[in-house]
Amino acid sequence: MSLDLINLIVQATWESLFMVGVAAIIATLFGLPIGIFLATSRKGELFAAPAVNSALGIIVNATRSTPFIILVVAIIPFTRLVAGTSIGSGAAIVPLSIAATPFIARLVEGAIREVDAGLIETASSFGASPLQVVFKVLIPEALPGLVLALTLAVVSLIGYSAMVGAVGGGGLGDLGIRYGYQRFMPDMMLAVVVVLIALVQTVQTVGDYLARRVNRRLRHR
Amino acid sequence: MNAHQSLLTGQALPSFPAVAPDPSVSDAMVRFEAVSKIYPAHRGKPSVRALEAIDFSIPRGSITGVIGRSGAGKSSLVRLINGLEKPNAGRVIVDGSDISGLAGHGLRLAQRSIGMIFQHFNLLSSRTAADNIALPLEIAGWSKSDIAVRVSELLDLVGIADKFDRYPSELSGGQKQRVGIARALATRPSVLLSDEATSALDPQTTRSILDLLANINRELGVTIVLITHEMSVVRQLAKEVVVLDAGHIVEKGHVADIFTHPRQAITQSFLSEVLGDAVPVSLSSRLQPQPGPGSQAVIRVLVRGMDGGATLVARLARELAIDVALLSARVDEIGGQPIGSLTLGVPANDAGATQVLAYLSQHHFSAERLGYVA
Repeated sequence: MSLDLINLIVQATWESLFMVGVAAIIATLFGLPIGIFLATSRKGELFAAPAVNSALGIIVNATRSTPFIILVVAIIPFTRLVAGTSIGSGAAIVPLSIAATPFIARLVEGAIREVDAGLIETASSFGASPLQVVFKVLIPEALPGLVLALTLAVVSLIGYSAMVGAVGGGGLGDLGIRYGYQRFMPDMMLAVVVVLIALVQTVQTVGDYLARRVNRRLRHR
Repeated sequence: MNAHQSLLTGQALPSFPAVAPDPSVSDAMVRFEAVSKIYPAHRGKPSVRALEAIDFSIPRGSITGVIGRSGAGKSSLVRLINGLEKPNAGRVIVDGSDISGLAGHGLRLAQRSIGMIFQHFNLLSSRTAADNIALPLEIAGWSKSDIAVRVSELLDLVGIADKFDRYPSELSGGQKQRVGIARALATRPSVLLSDEATSALDPQTTRSILDLLANINRELGVTIVLITHEMSVVRQLAKEVVVLDAGHIVEKGHVADIFTHPRQAITQSFLSEVLGDAVPVSLSSRLQPQPGPGSQAVIRVLVRGMDGGATLVARLARELAIDVALLSARVDEIGGQPIGSLTLGVPANDAGATQVLAYLSQHHFSAERLGYVA
């Protein structure tokens, strides 16, 4: 493989990492509070608001059930509004973030719901405000689950990021399709797949390690 | 007008049981005034009257047991005391303030003067022992340095100073409950609620935790409310007791009085937990309704208080000149008073049994003839 091609792969890898990284941060910023709210706003819960809970649930489900490639195309005007363009890795961050936010929200909801309701009641009985319960009980206790949820979200984002190539998003997926598939360069295709596998493996390994580190239910000594 | 109206509503409340003026009202740490709690029908399940017309008070500085079977309304009672739930009628007064009338910040401030320990400890798995104890202090907004000082005092108090940096997963059940007790006492509450706090512990650990609670009550003067279904807990620790059954208070008073003279079947059944099956199976399986040749009458005597149960066998033998066989005996102590039951065998002929029963009733023992054994 020529040096040019290797340079292409390196550049595409950086593009992918950039898209995935920024989209993961943005999606977490929105998905974490939404997920916590979903987990605590049913009837009788900490921030009880059943109507808002159901409405938000419907929006989250709708976004999640829209195929990603359709979402990318459907929100092009919005993407242009936010990013100034609808082409390139920067623009691709917009649909990636929008797709990952409800995904993260549902995963966060699941992790938060795993926290023993007795602990919420305990903190409440000590006079903790709902926000104190969130920051002192729910998030620390759900941390291992949250780390695994974010790991899963990043892995999914790496998969999604390969699709934004279809609309000029750049990155590894784009490279694989244009060179590997359309120009019929099997070695390029193989290289792209290997890099993607390595990325996913690394993210998962690091995520698993961190989740174990923060899990105090296990014995460490 | 308002006062008049509320007076009327007050009179309209159910009058069971008759509310006698309680002499200890002014000295009550927790007071229930005509409290009812009803859970509305939910998803096809009918509504539940968890507590009805509850009137009692818990004296300041006391250790009071609230005993009942599951479903008697114990959990509702606790949640009313710490303000996690509101009564449908009546008021709950804790340390002079009406906790059932508080909400929001006012309620949270009041809750800081109520400590609570739980059956399953409810420690945060993500925090060390010391940090778990610090939680209520952080919630109350204490400074870091004040928290550090207080936490180390508390670790010493409950005797686990060496475990300060251990996570709950590294502690035994007894150690976890000690952390729970330290956490409950952190904000120097005036009341400590114990919700089945020893139900998940083995007998030996239970004993050490109950001893610790007794020390805390003695040294800090904290009023302790023990919610439990275990007679042994009430027996070892409580001086006052409230017996709950199906949402009603069926008996209340000094532990020794209530359990030496149980009036209700439920109280009797708790008592028999302490005394065990008064008649051993090997004996009860051989019981006959009618006397046979050479058989013995089996008489059960309830021994309670200082009524001389210990010397009963000797006295019967001496004063009636009857050979009395001691078939089984179980004597224990409740609230500092001996209580137990003796099963005696006396010759069925010569009216021996009648004579013994007459003697017992004359000396105010409660006794019954169970039958005869060959």
